[in-house]
Amino acid sequence: MSAETKKKTMKLTLPEEELMSPGHLACQGCGATMAMRYMLKGLGQKTIVCIPACCWAVIDGPFPHSSLGIPIFHCAFEAAASTASGVKAGLEMVGDNETTVLAWAGDGGTFDIGLQALSGAAERNDDIIYVCYDNEAYMNTGIQRSSATPYGAWTTTTPVKHFKNRPKKDIVAIMAAHRIPYIATASVAYPEDLVKKAKKAKETRGTKFLHIWAPCPTGWKSRPEDTVKLARMVVQNGIFPLYEIENGETYKMTIKVAEKKPITDYVRLQGRFRHLKEDDLKVMQDEVDRKWASLQKKLI
Amino acid sequence: MKKFKPTKKIVFASEKEMPMTPMSLGSMLYNLTGAWRNIKPVIDKAACIQCGICWKYCPDTSIYIEDEFPVIDYDYCKGCGICAEECPSKCIAMVEEEK
Ligand SMILES: Cc1ncc(C[n+]2csc(CCOP(=O)(O)OP(=O)(O)O)c2C)c(N)n1
Ligand code: SF4
Ligand code: SF4
Ligand SMILES: [Mg+2]
Repeated sequence: MSAETKKKTMKLTLPEEELMSPGHLACQGCGATMAMRYMLKGLGQKTIVCIPACCWAVIDGPFPHSSLGIPIFHCAFEAAASTASGVKAGLEMVGDNETTVLAWAGDGGTFDIGLQALSGAAERNDDIIYVCYDNEAYMNTGIQRSSATPYGAWTTTTPVKHFKNRPKKDIVAIMAAHRIPYIATASVAYPEDLVKKAKKAKETRGTKFLHIWAPCPTGWKSRPEDTVKLARMVVQNGIFPLYEIENGETYKMTIKVAEKKPITDYVRLQGRFRHLKEDDLKVMQDEVDRKWASLQKKLI
Repeated sequence: MKKFKPTKKIVFASEKEMPMTPMSLGSMLYNLTGAWRNIKPVIDKAACIQCGICWKYCPDTSIYIEDEFPVIDYDYCKGCGICAEECPSKCIAMVEEEK
């Protein structure tokens, strides 16, 4: 059959507008890049993004060039949320109540150094969207451990003989404790779900927090072509369930998992977990099961 | 959706040409990241089911749609292989780049 005879209209499942152009500086198969592409498909052109030190501060490109079709405010590592709060206040002073203000930080910039500024903005309920794209380490500076790095992982500061022996910090629970209007988790393997959450965040007033799973082939020692596969596996094995929380208390699952898979296949695809023995995997699996059970109790 | 057109890199002849405030004056489209590639995706149009999944997942917005079919933009495609891996009809092959 020739291509012409079966030609039909393509039905695309995402908005067509591309606010992220190619030529950017991300590694091959970078999940953080996909996260930005989808987020901007959801938010549209009338958006200002504040980016602290992180891979995205580099991916975007060197002055005077940029790969995003929206204004970017590069700010200090610890200041994503407070910068966004300030930009929002400035816009309101000149009568612009329309432009969406987005803070876009890595896990280091969110779970660790930016936590105080984020907590402040959330407590004031400033009208901003805060996104943490989570690649589970300080990647931009060469793969150092962060409090988002999971138990068992190798990083350059947690070498295989002393791999990370503490669980990942539960940032979503911390944000829920602030009782902000909207919190969601998202994964780059489920872009339609991600775009829906971006739109919902845009329509909601007050502080919104999105936690996006963004695999990093460079830091995870995974194959670049496995990025989407890994981002799908974490949803299916319960490591990173996709759900929303309204007002810090109403939990709703957005991607239902029929049967939760074991974590083994996911772990074995990544060099950062290569040193782990069966016992270590058991510790990881128990932690996933514990968190999963506690989430099930909160769901409506 | 359309192919992105490469642009020229902005270079200042002296500091006098620089703006008072550092701000973006142009895109990254001058940076032809296709040069990073060792392997390249090749779509078998006859086997393509036009689902758009390759377009959806490309981290480098290097797949555009032309005549209702996906087309790889070799100016920018970095050869990550995600499109080939995710294609449900397995019609994208990653082949070695000849240079
Ligand atoms: C106050 C301060 N400390 C340290 C740095 C160096 N630094 C720049 S980016 C970065 C890591 C960022 O990690 P993360 O937020 O997880 O983003 P990623 O690079 O992983 O995308 C560090 C430590 C800095 N720029 N400012
Ligand atoms: S180091 Fe990781 S997060 Fe950073 S650009 Fe490369 S793949 Fe993306
Ligand atoms: S190989 Fe990667 S960069 Fe190239 S078109 Fe496919 S998904 Fe895009
Ligand atoms: Mg990080």
